[in-house]
Amino acid sequence: MARVVVDVMLKPEILDPQGRAVQGALTRLGLAGVSDVRQGKRFEITLDGDLDADRETVLNRLAEELLANPVIEDFTVRVAEQA
Amino acid sequence: MTKIGVITFPGSLDDGDVQRAVRVAGAEPVPLWHAATTIGEVDAVVVPGGFSYGDYLRCGAIARFAPIMADVVHHAGDGLPVLGICNGFQILCETHLLPGVLTRNESLHYVCRDQALTVERTDTAWTNEYETGDRIVIPVKHGEGRYVADDATLDWLEGEGLVVVRYADGNPNGSFRDIAGISNEAGNVVGLMPHPEHAVEDLTGTPGTDGLRFFTSALQSLVG
Repeated sequence: MARVVVDVMLKPEILDPQGRAVQGALTRLGLAGVSDVRQGKRFEITLDGDLDADRETVLNRLAEELLANPVIEDFTVRVAEQA
Repeated sequence: MTKIGVITFPGSLDDGDVQRAVRVAGAEPVPLWHAATTIGEVDAVVVPGGFSYGDYLRCGAIARFAPIMADVVHHAGDGLPVLGICNGFQILCETHLLPGVLTRNESLHYVCRDQALTVERTDTAWTNEYETGDRIVIPVKHGEGRYVADDATLDWLEGEGLVVVRYADGNPNGSFRDIAGISNEAGNVVGLMPHPEHAVEDLTGTPGTDGLRFFTSALQSLVG
């Protein structure tokens, strides 16, 4: 079994209105000094068997085509567990 | 009679209204199902609004991979008129038939109102019955309609004259450069956030029938 984590974040230059709303809430709820909040997505993908090179290629492609939209988002793919 | 296909995805909302608008314009609407692998014998295709696949992941991100979309992309390359409205515009951007992406409204609020637009490009398959500079009013209703692209793309769109409609009298969502709708270079593919299909009959009161010409334009471009 393998577990892969894909993190997707809005590019730094793209306004994140949700992050900004969360920033306001954190400040209102008593956390001092919040200068920025960025909200992203995390995908935890569990695979049967080992993550071989072929499947890793497919996974990287789909991270770019499906999980993230590279027009506005950056992403990282990381193997968290390889049994 | 000219046949205009209207795609229904799980979660589409405005497919019925688009079919009605097509009929009012004098064409025959043909319902198309997302799981079909071909668009069949239609002369144009509309990708309607709604919440395909619940807007999961990103708006339009999953619908983009629906079987029928591969055939839409294929025929769009051959000049098939394709109109994406609201969620349909989001889907056309995700398929890369149009550049850029639609993101969460700057205000974070869902916006539903009658919206003034300026028509800027009128040599497309969907806007040839308008005059450049026409001011029209049709409804917007969306939570994720903020058009975003990098500066190079925006400059290219403006330089090539590919901005089809621009928000007038106030930008409802924070779209870059007040962009409400764009086209590809050939002008057969158009996407916009506002809903022309909701403004085709006087019966529904304001905002009137300013949207009807999107559909009669398609007829005009096909019949000549």
